[in-house]
Amino acid sequence: MVDDAPGELVRSLERTAREIRRDVIRMLAEAGSGHPGGSLSMTDLITALVFHELRIDPAHPDEPNRDRLVLSKGHAAPALYAALAHRGYLPHDELFTLRRLGSRLQGHADRNKLPCIEASTGCLGQGIGMAVGMALDARLAGRPSRIYTIIGDGECQAGPTWEALMAGGHYRLSNLTVILDRNGLETDGPTESILGIEPVAEKFRAFRYHTVEIDGHRFPEILGALEAARRRTDGPTAIVAKTIKGKGVSFMENQHAWHGKAPSREEAERALAELPPLP
Amino acid sequence: MGAFGSPAPKPESLRDAYGRTLVELGEADPTMVVLDADLSGSTRTSLFGKRFPDRFFNVGVMEPTMMTIAAGLALSGRTVFASTFAVFAAGQAYNQVRQAICYNQANVKIGATHGGLTVGPDGATHQIVEDIGLMRGLPRMTVVVPGDAPTTAAATRAIAETPGPAYLRMPRENLMTVTDGAFRLGRANELAPGSDLTIVAVGAMLAPALALSERLRESGIGARVLDFASVKPYDAPTLLRAARETGAILVLEEHTVLTGVGALVASATAESYPVPVRRVGVPDVFGESGEAWAVMERYGLGPERLAAEALDLLHVRGKIS
Repeated sequence: MVDDAPGELVRSLERTAREIRRDVIRMLAEAGSGHPGGSLSMTDLITALVFHELRIDPAHPDEPNRDRLVLSKGHAAPALYAALAHRGYLPHDELFTLRRLGSRLQGHADRNKLPCIEASTGCLGQGIGMAVGMALDARLAGRPSRIYTIIGDGECQAGPTWEALMAGGHYRLSNLTVILDRNGLETDGPTESILGIEPVAEKFRAFRYHTVEIDGHRFPEILGALEAARRRTDGPTAIVAKTIKGKGVSFMENQHAWHGKAPSREEAERALAELPPLP
Repeated sequence: MGAFGSPAPKPESLRDAYGRTLVELGEADPTMVVLDADLSGSTRTSLFGKRFPDRFFNVGVMEPTMMTIAAGLALSGRTVFASTFAVFAAGQAYNQVRQAICYNQANVKIGATHGGLTVGPDGATHQIVEDIGLMRGLPRMTVVVPGDAPTTAAATRAIAETPGPAYLRMPRENLMTVTDGAFRLGRANELAPGSDLTIVAVGAMLAPALALSERLRESGIGARVLDFASVKPYDAPTLLRAARETGAILVLEEHTVLTGVGALVASATAESYPVPVRRVGVPDVFGESGEAWAVMERYGLGPERLAAEALDLLHVRGKIS
């Protein structure tokens, strides 16, 4: 992958991703429960989508021709909420109502509560199917919408994930991009020791996806892969993004114990100290 | 309601009525799409597929993901029908129906055929008798179990016109046509009058209910028959009026008595106007292979058992000795 993205764009995305990571830590500490590891591993991916790749407009959230993002790994909703707040879809203060009774920010996102959520997700293997349906719709209607879905690697053990991937490949949905947040860990430990999914890129290729493997924390690579996906006219794209679970917080990185555990106040302070705002 | 108007009753395919109505709806709504999971000949969605090949997706044997794809199409603004056998729609794909369709409030109509024991020779693996309970327990879900072909056509149109998720349960067997198709969501039509007893009939048990009512009438017993095709929403006023006016309710359904319409009627009356309710359906067991109506008889839904249950209920109620 060639690093040809403009330096200013990359620096801007890095600043935004840092703010999102800071918000994720504060949101989860405030909520007292949630999923930091997988939120932090996909933060750079979601930042690239929401702040660069997606054709979306907070002033017109229902524009039929908009691009759509379905977060199939719905437990990473905090990073999605934070990105959407920074993009102008909801007040920033509202982020800290996460998981509270009466909040629009459910533990797993609810499309009926927030205008910017394309699909309610949370049960793994379902968001990707809904993304396939949206991609079929756009092609049938002749709309330019592109559909993106982020899936987890534990999710790749779920049968419906492969059913949906098979359908996307069969229908040759060029407007569909599947991004795998390959952080290597699921709730109970490493994917490869629990139920191995490798060679996952070869599996995507066998399912008729143009498949690239990138570093999911390097914006030039992420932007390059998304740009290539947008140019495709002969089938869907899969981006295998190698990431680090808990990215950015030293004591969370590569620790599966941080899949579904919120930081205490003290831990949040330590985490935020490692994540100062970027100039 | 003209239950026995001319012409004489004849058996008709509910699935044919469903498939033909899908074509009619597809003509009127150029954005409507239909999905199937490799059973389009049996479910009759093939009729839509032949007429509108671009708007028909046969996704193969993947019922769970058929439901999520259907949801994605619906979230983009379309009316979507998704069909397969009831055991796969409500059983195999339950959580997808729950979350991708109901929780998302996706405008997906599930046309589930081959519901109940009358699947017959295929045996217990395909004879789902739990689906009405599963589906009516889902928030936002509409549940309809038509008892003949005209009601099926009307119900298919009704759920298409009503935004939100719906489950339409049809049997494999052809059923006697006993209504003029005057179906409305939330309405239980009275197909026979009577003040001694009410028979609440669901799906394939509708014609047997009318036959039972005729038989009782010969003995001077007036058995009111309510067509409970609209299971959710159900017609509470008509049900409670029947409880008040007849004092006893016999529920006939091709479904487990644990969670079906019998359970619904018993709880609804218990809370508002308690009367004896007799649930006649499938006991807490799996079915088995056999000719459709022979299986029904074996599991307690044959005409002699129905008559015996009615007489016993009337005895309990003190209306006969």
